[in-house]
Amino acid sequence: MRAVHVWIAAGVLLVGSYLSLGIGAASSVGVADLFPPTADEWHILATSRIPRLMAILMAGASLSVAGLIMQRITANRFVSPSTSGTVEAAVLGILIATMLFSSTSLVVKMLIAIVTAIAGTMVFLQMLQRIQHREGIVVALVGLMYGGVLAAITTFVAYQRDMVQYLDIWTTGSFSGILEGRYEPLYIVLLVGVIGYLFADRFTVIGMGESFATNLGLNYQRILYIGLVVVSVMAAVVVVVVGAIPFLGLIVPNVVTLLLGDNVKKVLPLTALAGAGFVLACDVVGRTAIYPYELPVATIAGGIGGVVFIWLIMRSAKGASV
Amino acid sequence: MISVRDITHRYDKQVVLDEVGLTLPVGQLTSIVGANGAGKSTLLSVISRLIKPERGTVFIDDLDVQTAGADAISRRLAVLRQDNRITARLSVVDLVRFGRFPYSKGRLTPEDHVVVDEALDYLDLQPLRDRYLDQLSGGQRQRAYIAMILAQDTDYILLDEPLNNLDMKHSSSMMTLLRRAADDLGKTIVLVLHDINFASCFSDHIVAMRDGKVVVQGTPAEIMQRETLREVFDMDIHVQDLNGMRLGIFWTTGAPVGPLPLAGQPETDGSPGQAQDEQAAEFAWRA
Repeated sequence: MRAVHVWIAAGVLLVGSYLSLGIGAASSVGVADLFPPTADEWHILATSRIPRLMAILMAGASLSVAGLIMQRITANRFVSPSTSGTVEAAVLGILIATMLFSSTSLVVKMLIAIVTAIAGTMVFLQMLQRIQHREGIVVALVGLMYGGVLAAITTFVAYQRDMVQYLDIWTTGSFSGILEGRYEPLYIVLLVGVIGYLFADRFTVIGMGESFATNLGLNYQRILYIGLVVVSVMAAVVVVVVGAIPFLGLIVPNVVTLLLGDNVKKVLPLTALAGAGFVLACDVVGRTAIYPYELPVATIAGGIGGVVFIWLIMRSAKGASV
Repeated sequence: MISVRDITHRYDKQVVLDEVGLTLPVGQLTSIVGANGAGKSTLLSVISRLIKPERGTVFIDDLDVQTAGADAISRRLAVLRQDNRITARLSVVDLVRFGRFPYSKGRLTPEDHVVVDEALDYLDLQPLRDRYLDQLSGGQRQRAYIAMILAQDTDYILLDEPLNNLDMKHSSSMMTLLRRAADDLGKTIVLVLHDINFASCFSDHIVAMRDGKVVVQGTPAEIMQRETLREVFDMDIHVQDLNGMRLGIFWTTGAPVGPLPLAGQPETDGSPGQAQDEQAAEFAWRA
């Protein structure tokens, strides 16, 4: 079985995760202090570094899995939460929540962001069903433009209410604000991820097209909307807690499926691990590049992701299967 | 038994199926023939609940295909359309395993694996089982789809132009395989075919359509008549009996009794009398 890939990846990620706990602004706690930590050191680990690590792993895994599911149910490699308006709709939702309720809890923001993310993605899927050439990069262009329109609306509203400075927090993902007590809603993505895994085969089947799905006894539209909800919840929760991490949901599943094929059930675990590992690596670079200051993870991931995205487009333009 | 009752369907304003009523026998191989736009594919899609018709009902045994759950029907009837374009990079064996989805819902039992292996054997796909679909030729891909349909192991199998993309050898072995599935396994098979000679040689029953209506149906012997074919295809097709096989010579109008054979070298074999007469005619014409 191919599970061997998964175990190796999990092992590497585990070691990397552990070592990453030794990095942080409090230079008194380094890698050497992890074996074992003293009470003071443990305090720093428990309130800051472990929450940050968990947030990194869950955000990376869930955005990548969201991209994987989205690419399969739309049968298009260039669809992902950040290229289909999902993230922008979630940001708009957070803005609305912040405007409506002055002292908004994370949970209320999250619920509203989930609703707007679902609505925004549904509009995108409706557009997609009206596009003639559903394969290839036309879909990605439409998604990026649509996301641009949503972002423009968000910025306009924020200007009116003098809230532009907040937008950066949600659109530029960063783990620097993650502390114990301020990230726990992120655990929802684990639950949603399990639901995604249980539906993995159904997502693969509807990715074969409506007539194949119907033939195999599935209600195409129903599975499509279940996928849509799974993806939107994952993306919205991450945006609320961490902020947007551009291209993550696009490049990680693309690279993994390039190696292992598109059977969602087979590639989902490795996609999750690879996504978590990629974000961890980006975050470590962000934390060490200009130490003791930090670069937001979105900056690093966006830079690398953009280059890989261009490579994927060039590759598909050369006639490789899209 | 498949019973089609009073089906009418339109695309925009164009009537594609016009009050079609039909009963298809169990355990037999039925071919639907007709010109492009006659409504064959639409009829097949309506029977297999891929298209909801404007009016009318279809029953598979006791199941109304529009109201019975998609799931219940998927264990009774399998359908393959002609324009399949799976963009996912799936391996052949993965695809065929999805044929077991109506039973296993993705958790394959040992019996499921046996059925999958049989289907791969049947279509000679074992050497290609781990290849991705996008690495296959059109014909190999078509065979992979058919293997998935066979793995679905349904009593009824509906295929829209299954010979699409297949070369002569694979077309003939595909038809032989489908014939065997009807004879040995008692499957009810309904095909949309373009080649009337494949329909004639392999079917028990032929349904001929034109302009959204069933013009005529019957055994190959009944359908493969010059007058009948003219009515269906609006073509003058000479029908030749070859040891009980009824063959339509459709490549040239009315051949081989047209005015002249195609230009070229004189024939040296074949029936002496007629060939010589025709040669004489040709030389006379050249002179």
